Amino acid sequence: MTDDRPSPEAFLRQAAREGRGRLKIFLGAAPGVGKTWEMLSQGARRRDSGTDVVVGVVETHGRRDTEAMVHGAELIARREVDHRGHSLGEMDIDAILERHPALVLVDELAHTNAPGSRHPKRYQDVEELLDAGIDVYSTLNIQHVESLNDVVASFTRVRVRETVPDSILEQAEIEVVDIPPDELIERLRDGKVYIPQEATRALSHFFSKSNLTALREMALRRAAQAVDAQMLEHLRANALAGSFAAGERILVAISEHPHAAGLVRAGKRMADALRAPWTVVHIETQRDQYFTESSRSQLAETLALASRLGATTASIPAVNVVEGLNSFVRDARATQIVIGKSPRSWWFEIRHGSVVDALVRVIGDVAVHVLPSGEAAPTATARPRLHRRNLWGRPVDYLWSSGAVALMTALCLMLSQAITLGNIALLYLVPVMFAAATFGLRAGLFAGLTSSLAYNFFFLPPTGTLTVSNPENVVSIFVLLGVAIVTSQFAARVRVQADLAASSARQNAALASFSRQLTASATKEELMQAICADIARLLEVRTALLLPGASGPDLRAAFPPEDRLGQIELAAAAWAIDNDQPAGRGSATLTASDWLFHPLRTSRGVLGVLGLAREDAGEPVRSDQLPLLMSLLDQAAIAFDRMTLEEENMKAQAVGERDRLRSALLSSVSHDLRTPLTTIVTAAQEMKHHPRPELAETIETEAQRLNRFVANLLDMARVEAGALPLKMEATDLFDAVASAVHDTRTALQGHAVEVDIVPDIPLVRLDPVLLHHCLINLLDNAGRYGDPGTPIIIRCQRRHDALLLSIVDQGPGIAPGQEKRVFETFTRLEGSDRVRHGTGLGLAIVKGFAEAMGLTVEASNNDAPLGACFTIRIPQARIIAPLSPRDLA
Amino acid sequence: MKNRHKVLIIDDEPHIRRLILAALTRADYATVEAANAREAMDRLRVERPDLVLLDLGLPDRDGLELVPLIKQQAETVLIVVSARDATDEKVAALDLGADDYLTKPFDTDELLARLRVALRNRMTRGGGAPVLVLGDVTVDLMARIVTRAGEEVHLAPKEYAVLAQLAAAPGRVITHQQIMNHVWAYENERHVEYLRVLVRTLRQKLEADPQRPQIITNELGIGYRLRVPGDSHATPEG
Repeated sequence: MTDDRPSPEAFLRQAAREGRGRLKIFLGAAPGVGKTWEMLSQGARRRDSGTDVVVGVVETHGRRDTEAMVHGAELIARREVDHRGHSLGEMDIDAILERHPALVLVDELAHTNAPGSRHPKRYQDVEELLDAGIDVYSTLNIQHVESLNDVVASFTRVRVRETVPDSILEQAEIEVVDIPPDELIERLRDGKVYIPQEATRALSHFFSKSNLTALREMALRRAAQAVDAQMLEHLRANALAGSFAAGERILVAISEHPHAAGLVRAGKRMADALRAPWTVVHIETQRDQYFTESSRSQLAETLALASRLGATTASIPAVNVVEGLNSFVRDARATQIVIGKSPRSWWFEIRHGSVVDALVRVIGDVAVHVLPSGEAAPTATARPRLHRRNLWGRPVDYLWSSGAVALMTALCLMLSQAITLGNIALLYLVPVMFAAATFGLRAGLFAGLTSSLAYNFFFLPPTGTLTVSNPENVVSIFVLLGVAIVTSQFAARVRVQADLAASSARQNAALASFSRQLTASATKEELMQAICADIARLLEVRTALLLPGASGPDLRAAFPPEDRLGQIELAAAAWAIDNDQPAGRGSATLTASDWLFHPLRTSRGVLGVLGLAREDAGEPVRSDQLPLLMSLLDQAAIAFDRMTLEEENMKAQAVGERDRLRSALLSSVSHDLRTPLTTIVTAAQEMKHHPRPELAETIETEAQRLNRFVANLLDMARVEAGALPLKMEATDLFDAVASAVHDTRTALQGHAVEVDIVPDIPLVRLDPVLLHHCLINLLDNAGRYGDPGTPIIIRCQRRHDALLLSIVDQGPGIAPGQEKRVFETFTRLEGSDRVRHGTGLGLAIVKGFAEAMGLTVEASNNDAPLGACFTIRIPQARIIAPLSPRDLA
Repeated sequence: MKNRHKVLIIDDEPHIRRLILAALTRADYATVEAANAREAMDRLRVERPDLVLLDLGLPDRDGLELVPLIKQQAETVLIVVSARDATDEKVAALDLGADDYLTKPFDTDELLARLRVALRNRMTRGGGAPVLVLGDVTVDLMARIVTRAGEEVHLAPKEYAVLAQLAAAPGRVITHQQIMNHVWAYENERHVEYLRVLVRTLRQKLEADPQRPQIITNELGIGYRLRVPGDSHATPEG
């Protein structure tokens, strides 16, 4: 609901408008006031002052002065549309978008396009032009304004079907083209006003002086209101809160009756006048289940009209209308209610009481406006028979009820010797309760009636007849009937409440499970699939999710899975993405598509669209499902947004981590490269003068160190790149250890190496080169940190689910708490001052390579003797089952 | 040596050529140099070297392509030189007929040891004594008998086949593929596993300490080599 405080939406609306074209409407009280002429002459003036002006569409109706105005202007040729053999010329919106002028003149804003056009209505074409950043001049008569439609019809007795939503007027600059009524009537008499042939008779009444005066007043008032609305918007955007009416909230209650549209329009006028937010609500009772298809679509149309007119809409389940309305009024803090006086018979009202009366009784300090149902709309009595039968329930329900009564009769006949007549009457309440609780009120009443008849026939003397000999027994029949009726009422009511609770619990559960599903998804693909599957399940439709791609919308997920959508569906999806509005079947745009596409929008714009379709090619979404769909779409969009944010966050973190590594790398490289290089250069220079073998040796060892460092840098680069090409092959750990020991023999000088591997150790499937690098780095590390003269032990043990390959030294060990950190790049540089040769890359490489092969590595300390122990864990999956001797023969 | 062996050094780096040249001259080899593939093929034809040292990274041609060309041109020993981690390249060169490989950076003592082994192999090939002595182990390729400390060692047929193939070119790397082609007539992807197990049993039968093999040594990711006593540098490496 909109609030009466300065709203963020106002800012958003204003922001959305920037970059959008501006609309100017030449509003007239009636045909013939000269709107088109005025529009053309203003267009011509703009052209003369250098604006790029084209004429999109103008109806000159053969008037010469108007035609003269068109001359010299650039005309966009009309698109010929073939409709039932007639060729109709419609405005070519694509040609205008292509031409992209600064200003386009579009006559008759309320015009209805020929079937097969992109939009059913011309004002929708105009909206698209505005969205494309093109300014539009257009013309409109006051009776075509949606909210005034009823009022105009009420005194002119001419109802026009072509209406333009008030929201269009609210965003437009309005200029009233006004001539006095007398002058207009004169022009009419001179034949200067174009009137379609078929409307001549009706229009003669239309152009009466009183009508024209009223229309003129309405046009002027509407224009003033538009200025008001724009002022209001400005005030809201600039937080100038004080000056608008506070606290009024209007609630319009509607039913499925056609006259409800009139209530909506009345609500709109009232909301405009009070500048109040307004809500249109439909209370869903059990009755809704028995609606016919036409009632449903009537209701959907009314709700759609309400949202077009700017109302918040809601559909609330409740036991009955009065209770539902009452609680909604409190929730929404409404101050005024608009309801229609129902066209029901006095008999109906005596039985059920009037909703209006009941409402006024319960609702307290809220103004209730009761409007008459207006012109003779089809009423309940004219509703199809099917509807009636539905209300009465299915015949099979009555059959079951009769069955229950028959069963009880049989039971009582068997027991008639044992129990008294009074108790039999009581027993008959059982089938009544059963029928009422299971099949509803009417079946319960039916069971009550049949029970009393059966009781009379089978048990009350004289049995076998419906006559009653003892007058006392008449009383017991009526008591049975009365109790049955009351019981049925209660039981049925309980059932309705249970049904409602169940349905609302279902919906809540659906929403909860939906959001849970979405939270559980780890990737975007999963999320999109979950969205599709869940919405498909909840609404019993087919779903598809499309994201904007390089070449139009991209089908990313669907349920049931779908490979491709038709050309027209893709066009509708693209339109929905571009315009942030629903498109396709059941919407206002591209209705030829079998699918309906709803945009998934977040604060950051349209993410994509969700497509919905029904197997039987019916309307994809029923009106009563719309609120649920909207909450689902909102949740989906939020989940989607959250995931995008998380991804971006992670990327930012990764970038930060990389930066940290890069700076550490730079400092390390400069230190670790320069030290040996300096030594080598100095030694080489020294050798020029005094060739000595120790200098050559120094050069050699320093060069070896450099070589190892460069090798490690290259390895680390491979780990960081993340894509180590693996060459897995059967490897003998004996070979691996022997090679590694051999290659580190210089680094391990002064340490004895003890190899402790059980002889029958199985082969493992690994990349031998990567394993080798792991081992030489671990041995190198052990040689560096192990105390001189102590042994280094290489041990391989079999565990039930893994092989453990450990390298153990005897030395200071690892500082407590640092067991994990030692594997981080450049740990040595950051923590300690221990000056031993090495780059701090070695253990990071061990970890990177081991993990690339699916192994894990961990560091720990040995107590006695003290020292570090590094263990590579080779999981079962990497161990090759021993070969049988026969394989080797 | 009465007749000095002639070595062709093919490398595009003048510094490397100069260093190798110095080492070889010190060890009393005659040397020829080539800086690219075209020059190398010319020198090869004209000089007819006993041994070629080929760097695989040449400016005008892929070094691997030269391997079969050189082997066709002349009855010469070919040792390839390539960068660390280029395991695939080394295996390919060996499979194409190269006699051995060296990994950059190498030390000159190792280079000289490899040259000695390769040259001796060439001399024993075809008519050399078919009895190989590896410490206390002897392999008689004619009689197909293997003894250890005078006792005959019983080997399964496949075990003998592997050993015999290594013994045919002692000191030289034999790739896994070469061994498997020889030992198993049919293709099977588990052959590397069989080979590992065979080598392990061979070591248990022949080696003094099977955990530190001295006779059959492993060449990481490439193959096996039968180590000849005295060639201290012809040892496994990374």
